[in-house]
Amino acid sequence: MRSLLERCASWLGERFELEDSVLAVLRHPVPRELERPIGWWYVIGSATLAIFVIQVVTGVGLAMTYVPAPNSAYDSLQFISHDATLGSIVRGMHYFGSGAMVVLVLAHMTQVYLFGAFKFPREANWLTGSLLLLATLAMAFTGQLLRWDQDAFWSIVVAAEQAARAPVIGDWLARLVVAGSNVGGATLTRFYATHVFLIPAAIFGLIGMHLYLVVKRGISEPPVAGEPVEPRTYRARYTEILRRGIPFWPDAAWRDALVATLAVVAVVVLAAAIGAPALGKPPDPTNVLADPRPDWYFLGYFAVLALIPPATESLVIVGLPLFAFVFLFLVPLLWPDGERHWSRRPAAVAAVALPFVAYAALTVAGLQSPWVPQLEGAALPSAATHGLSGTAAHGADLFVTKSCWACHQIEGSGGRRGPDLTHVASRLSRDQLTQRVATGGGGMPAYAGSVTPIELDDLVTYLATRK
Amino acid sequence: MKEISRRTFLSRVSLALTAAIAGIVGLPIIGYLLAPLFQKPPDVPVAVGNVSEFPLGQTRLIKVRDPSPLAWAGQTADTALWVRRRQESGPQMFQVFNVNCTHLGCPVNWQAEAKLFLCPCHGGVYYEDGTVAGGPPPRPLFERAWEVSGDRLLVRQQGLPTVKRG
Repeated sequence: MRSLLERCASWLGERFELEDSVLAVLRHPVPRELERPIGWWYVIGSATLAIFVIQVVTGVGLAMTYVPAPNSAYDSLQFISHDATLGSIVRGMHYFGSGAMVVLVLAHMTQVYLFGAFKFPREANWLTGSLLLLATLAMAFTGQLLRWDQDAFWSIVVAAEQAARAPVIGDWLARLVVAGSNVGGATLTRFYATHVFLIPAAIFGLIGMHLYLVVKRGISEPPVAGEPVEPRTYRARYTEILRRGIPFWPDAAWRDALVATLAVVAVVVLAAAIGAPALGKPPDPTNVLADPRPDWYFLGYFAVLALIPPATESLVIVGLPLFAFVFLFLVPLLWPDGERHWSRRPAAVAAVALPFVAYAALTVAGLQSPWVPQLEGAALPSAATHGLSGTAAHGADLFVTKSCWACHQIEGSGGRRGPDLTHVASRLSRDQLTQRVATGGGGMPAYAGSVTPIELDDLVTYLATRK
Repeated sequence: MKEISRRTFLSRVSLALTAAIAGIVGLPIIGYLLAPLFQKPPDVPVAVGNVSEFPLGQTRLIKVRDPSPLAWAGQTADTALWVRRRQESGPQMFQVFNVNCTHLGCPVNWQAEAKLFLCPCHGGVYYEDGTVAGGPPPRPLFERAWEVSGDRLLVRQQGLPTVKRG
C-alpha cells in the first residue's frame, strides 16, 4: 500500500506531465567522468544561478520599500538599512550577492574557456553566456547608482561623460544616460526601471536559452589532451559518451547543490555579519567635496582612466570594452574546433591569465589611487615640523595652505600624486627647488602666480631642510 | 504574375500582421523613451546673486536651482558653479565655471590659497582661470555665459558639458 504522499506525487506528476518535462530534463545524461573529482569544476554555473535567485528575491523585497524618486531614494535606503526589520540583512544580501554574481559569472566563463567547452557544437551556449556577462555587469553598475548617494550621483555624471566619448552617437548616448541634459528628476526612475524590469527581463530570457542549450547540447566531456574537437565526428562520439553516461540528477547534481548552498550561505553570512554597505553623503550636486569611486570590481577600470595617457583616452574608454566584448563573441566563431585541453592551448591560457593579473594590479592601484589629491585633513605631522622656526616654519605652513600637501607626502602625511618630498633636499638644490615650484612641469602646476617671492623663498627654505 | 501557394500567402500575411503589431506598439514607446534626446534645456538666465557678493579676486561656489524642475527632483535640481570675480567691471568681470572636470565630469575643488582647482577622481588640476595645470583633462574648465543686469549676476543654464559638446 503506497503512502498518501506517494500517491499525491504520482497524481501530480502524471497530470502535470512532469515525467516528460521537468524530471526528464533533470535526469538528462551527462558524461560519466563527472563522477570523478573533475566534476567539481562543473558546478560554477549552478552556483551563479543560485545567487541570481537571491538577487531576484532580495531585489523584489527591496523594491517594496525603496522609493525611486530623487528626493526620497536616499531616505528610503537609510530606512531600509537602519530601521526596517531585517532590512540591513536583505540589502546586505543584495549587495554581497551582486559581487558574488560578478565573481561567479567570470569564474564560470573562465572554466568554460579553459576547458574548451565553448567549441562545437556549444558555440551558442557561449554566446548567450557572454550576453549574460554583459547583463550582469550592467546590473552591477545600475544597482550602484540606485544607492543614490553622492558617489552614485557623480558616477552617473562620469558614465554620461564616458558615453559622450563614443563616436557619432556619443552626445545622444550621454543624453539618454541622464534622460535629458542634466542628472535630475528624470534620471533615477530610468535607471530604476532599467535595473528592475529591462535588464532582468533580458536575463530571464537569456538564462532560459542558456539552460535549454546546456541540456539540449549536453554537458561537455572533460577535455583530454590529444583529442581535438572534430565537427564532422563529434556528435557521434558524444552520443557514444552519453550512452555510457550518468543521469544529471542526482549523480552529478549533488555537487552543484552543495556548492550552491555554500555560495548562498557565504552571501547570507557576510550580509548578517557586515550588513548593508554604508551610504555615502546625500546626492547634493552642490557639495563638491566628493570622492566618487565605484564598487571594488570596477576599481580596476577606474584606475585605467587615471593611468593611461590622456591622448589615448577616448580610444580606451570606447574601444577597450568594445574590443573585450567583440573578442568574447568571436571566441567560439574563430576557434570552434581543435584541441580543448588547456595544456595544448598556451595562448588561450595566456589570454586568461594576462587580463586577470593586469586587472588585479589595476584594482590594487585603484584602491590606493595615488593620483588623487588629498583634499581633507591637511596638516603636517610633528616629525615634519620638529625644531623649525622662522622662515622654515612659515614655509612648512605654506606647504599645507598652498596645497602642496594635497599631492606630496612628507613623513608619511599628504597626497601621493607627486613625489614624496621627505628627503627632497638630498635630490634637489635650492635653485632647482625654486625653479620647480615656480614653473611647475611634469604634471605639477606652476606656482609663480599664486605665491609671492617671499612665500616662495620660505617654502624653499623649508623644503631645503628635508634632507 | 508569379503564383504563390495558399500557405505562402497566409504565412506572409501573418508575418506582416505581426510586424504591424510590433510597429504599432513599438513606435509610441520608442518615441516616449527617446524623448529626452529632443528636449532642449531651457536657455533662460538665472540670477545667482548680487555682484557685491563676489569680492574682486575671489572664487566662490554658488548654487543654481533649475528654474523648472520636476516636482520630485529634490536636490538634483541644484547645480553648483564656481564664480571668479576677475575685474571690477567690464566684459572680463566674471568667469563662471562648471564644477565638472573636463576629463570625466567629477566636481573640482577650489583651493583658494593655492589658486588651483583640484579634481578628486583622476587628479586633474586647473589654474584659477580654468586652464589645465596638470593631470588628464583634455581642455580648460567649461565656462558659462553670464550677464550683469543692474547689480545682479545672471548665469545661463546649460546641459551636462561634455568634451564633444564643448
